[in-house]
Amino acid sequence: MKKWSLLLVFIFWSSASLVLAAKPYKIGALFSITGPTSFIGEPERNTLVMLIEKINKAGGINGHPLQAIIYDTEGDETNTLKKATKLIIQDKVLAIIGPSRTGTTLALIPFVERYKVPLISCAAGIKIVEPVRPWVFKTAQSDRLAVKKLYAYCKRHGIKRIAIITVSNGFGQSGREELKHLAPEYGLEIVADEIFGPKDVDMSPQLIRIRAKEPDAVICWGTNPGPAIVAKNMRQLGMKQPLFMSHGVASKRFIELAGKASEGVILPAGKILVAQQLPKSDPQRALLLRYLAEYKARYGKEPLTFGGHAYDALLLLKQALEKAGADRDKIRQALEHAHIVGIHGIFRMSPKDHNGLDPKEAFVLVRIQHGKWVMVKD
Amino acid sequence: MSEFLQFLISGLTNGAIYALIALGFTIIYNTTEVINFAQGEFVMLGAMFMATFWGKLNWPLPLAFLAAVGLTAMVGILVERLAIYPARHADTITLIIITIGVSILLKGLAMFLWGKDSLPVPPFLGQEPFHLLSITLVPQSILVLATSILAVIGLETFFKRSIYGKAMRACSTNPLAARLIGIRVEPLVLFSFALSSGLSALAGAVIAPITFATYDMGTILGLKGFAAAVLGGLNSSTGAVVGGFILGILESLAAGFISSAYKDAVAFVLLLLMLFLRPQGLLGLKEIKKL
Repeated sequence: MKKWSLLLVFIFWSSASLVLAAKPYKIGALFSITGPTSFIGEPERNTLVMLIEKINKAGGINGHPLQAIIYDTEGDETNTLKKATKLIIQDKVLAIIGPSRTGTTLALIPFVERYKVPLISCAAGIKIVEPVRPWVFKTAQSDRLAVKKLYAYCKRHGIKRIAIITVSNGFGQSGREELKHLAPEYGLEIVADEIFGPKDVDMSPQLIRIRAKEPDAVICWGTNPGPAIVAKNMRQLGMKQPLFMSHGVASKRFIELAGKASEGVILPAGKILVAQQLPKSDPQRALLLRYLAEYKARYGKEPLTFGGHAYDALLLLKQALEKAGADRDKIRQALEHAHIVGIHGIFRMSPKDHNGLDPKEAFVLVRIQHGKWVMVKD
Repeated sequence: MSEFLQFLISGLTNGAIYALIALGFTIIYNTTEVINFAQGEFVMLGAMFMATFWGKLNWPLPLAFLAAVGLTAMVGILVERLAIYPARHADTITLIIITIGVSILLKGLAMFLWGKDSLPVPPFLGQEPFHLLSITLVPQSILVLATSILAVIGLETFFKRSIYGKAMRACSTNPLAARLIGIRVEPLVLFSFALSSGLSALAGAVIAPITFATYDMGTILGLKGFAAAVLGGLNSSTGAVVGGFILGILESLAAGFISSAYKDAVAFVLLLLMLFLRPQGLLGLKEIKKL
């Protein structure tokens, strides 16, 4: 008698839950929540969690709750592939947001192409979407756009001879290629081309060689902590040239690490860094301020520019899911025509452009003054 | 020429660090014949404690410094009591592997306590670089050099003049004979771990303003310190210092004149060459033993 009643209860319970909830849309996310680039992955994860809660509170996507399965890549390529396998085969997700880094994204690409899963990366390397691959998209602004913005500034200010010093990982080398490729277009001559390792603690030898070539400016391309040491070493060596950095150091951590040496450094950054300083006519201003306020209220700190990449990825995916439903290929097709006003620009995806950004909106130039970001007026 | 001098100074600063770490290796090796592969992690702990006490909590410099070195020495004592002493009758290889396990544990603990980010540490004497001849120096580099030289002189005096130092040297030459003349070996092993970890913490504390404090900085520093110790001779403390400076200078010159990409390779190439051609190191004594 007991067994029958248990069975009845079970049948009622499971059918009740089936009737009450529409099938959730399962998506996967891979972020470098721990590891040397945890300052990128953590705000991305936090943003995703916060935004999904918001979407579900408002009724989900066409009535379907959104469920995200988030794994930590630790910023490591091998680990990324392991976790991606879990997401695709075990968790059977509809699409994957992330990873946070260029290196881990590039390692993942053959994988998602084989299993035909849409991937919206939050990393910046241009190689991710060039050549365009049907299943791979990205939200972070390309380093090509960042370099263009920097070079335009250099040209306007009469800088002719530059030295570049880049980190030897995916992000740094991708930047280096763009720096070399675009220099002639802006009338710039690269007089020194130095490389340092991501864990190096002293870049004096490279900078001494650069100093000897007497460039008009130095451009450093990497993510923390290396560029902070470059800034400090430059100051220690008494080098007076203007120092430009990449958007990879667009975080308070850089200013903390470099201390006084960060003064006067100019870098391209997402508008989110100087949201209050934007003109009221800017179409993104309202969204940016709202995002900043919500994130601060929920987590008690600033999201950094990186959180925005995850925000944009989810906005794109949400639009695609609204149109396509729970079908990987249909989602992919919908992504190719997605159009949103996002945190890091206005995205207009197309079959030929899986980043969808325009240099005008993607970046602003900021200068570090007294430990704060100040927008450089064009 | 000015470039050469600049590379030289940079090399001397790094060399001083390697020298201190190499000394840590030789102290433990001399008393126990164990190569302590957790040596680098003691450097890291010194740097991390400095980042907390001096960087974050703003304690007065001498207090923060003593606390950093003292706490790390206590960690060294704990390591000896909990990991080495229970295994003291095992053979050397086992003990060496135990130290590798300790290094992984310390690194993991540091990651839990301080996170994976690099922590900034303010310089001790201000940031303004000053110029001497045609080279630029930061006050911290001078501090690093001065500290190493003082530490080396202090250790040499200790080993040659004090009774404890002599007792430690006796232990390393022949533990059985040392026991026979009444030297108690176990407390000396404990002391050598405390001294060695304190020394490495000292190194970590003074370089932290230059390199930042990161939970995984110990690995490569430990390996380079080991290379320096082998270069100079594992059983000679002067050798450790000489090895450290030579390694630092060669590394800096190679990065400066050949290619910065090969900077780390210099240490390991030297290590391999030494082990192949002259395993006792430049200043070490030849020793043939059946393992």
